[in-house]
Amino acid sequence: MDSMTLIAIASIVTAGLTIALGSIGPALGEGRAVATALSSLAQQPDAATTITRTLFVGLAMIESIAIYCFVVSMILIFANPFWNHIIAHAAGK
Amino acid sequence: MHLSPDGIIFWQHGFLKLNATIAFTWGLMFVLAVGSKLVTRKLSTGLERSRWQNLLEIVVTAINGQIAEVGLRQPEKYLGFLGTLFLFVAMASIFTIVPGYEPPTGSLSTTAALAVCVFVAVPLFGIEDRGLGGYLRAYLKPTVIMLPFNIISELSRTLALAVRLFGNMMSGTMILAILLTITPFIFPIAMSALGLLTGMVQAYIFFILATVYIAAATRTRKATPEAKAESKPEGKVEPKPKAKDGTKPKE
Repeated sequence: MDSMTLIAIASIVTAGLTIALGSIGPALGEGRAVATALSSLAQQPDAATTITRTLFVGLAMIESIAIYCFVVSMILIFANPFWNHIIAHAAGK
Repeated sequence: MHLSPDGIIFWQHGFLKLNATIAFTWGLMFVLAVGSKLVTRKLSTGLERSRWQNLLEIVVTAINGQIAEVGLRQPEKYLGFLGTLFLFVAMASIFTIVPGYEPPTGSLSTTAALAVCVFVAVPLFGIEDRGLGGYLRAYLKPTVIMLPFNIISELSRTLALAVRLFGNMMSGTMILAILLTITPFIFPIAMSALGLLTGMVQAYIFFILATVYIAAATRTRKATPEAKAESKPEGKVEPKPKAKDGTKPKE
């Protein structure tokens, strides 16, 4: 297996694994956050705007972890420096 | 398939590039500036007002209210900066309705620039409010050992701001591009509606996070007793008047 194949395999597998494993944690976290927000909304409907706003901010922060994994995955697929380097190397030969 | 509008280059000369990001950003700025100028040409203070003026008033009042709710004492001082952040990111997302347009916030350059603006603005507002010594002393709270962690958190939340907005916008356009090659008609429309929703939510998140960071940099003065006594009458959060029969009045 030459290095070009190896780089391709590693990039593809890592890209898939990154986004797959990386979305588990944030999904669980967001579920818990929304569940707690709903129960506190049920307890104190007066504070609905504050709770909702804080919920959205918290969700965005949790979501950013999944976004980081997604960005790494996209870089591996579309802007992979190792792949570009090996392709330029092979084309130059 | 490109990762961001940076790939669409209209004109190039040496290392100067006119790519789609720059073109769309300037187009957005033009629309926002000229639109507001046209609407605010003849402002009326009476009951009769044009509907565009009404719309702008709603938007400005809502942003003002949000800034005050986070805890900043004079929202008008920060309204220009924070309102512009929100409006720019929101408009950048809304204009995806126009065909052939790609949000410039889908490029890491734009979101990094916005995050750097926030990174520079937070110390500026903090120093303006608390003085240089007071602002720098806040880095030593709660203990001196936290100094490197405070600095790191300052840098990492700027990075997080940039990458969060970039990732959300880029994923929206990329999902659309991928779906258009698979199932051409109805599903991409649903995804583009979802992209609009996440765009607006991300605009609000960016704005609220910038407000919270500025509030954290200017807040400590409110906590001292004499500042609390003088700020209570002028602050927006007044104690809610309880009705005579004990029921709480609605918000």
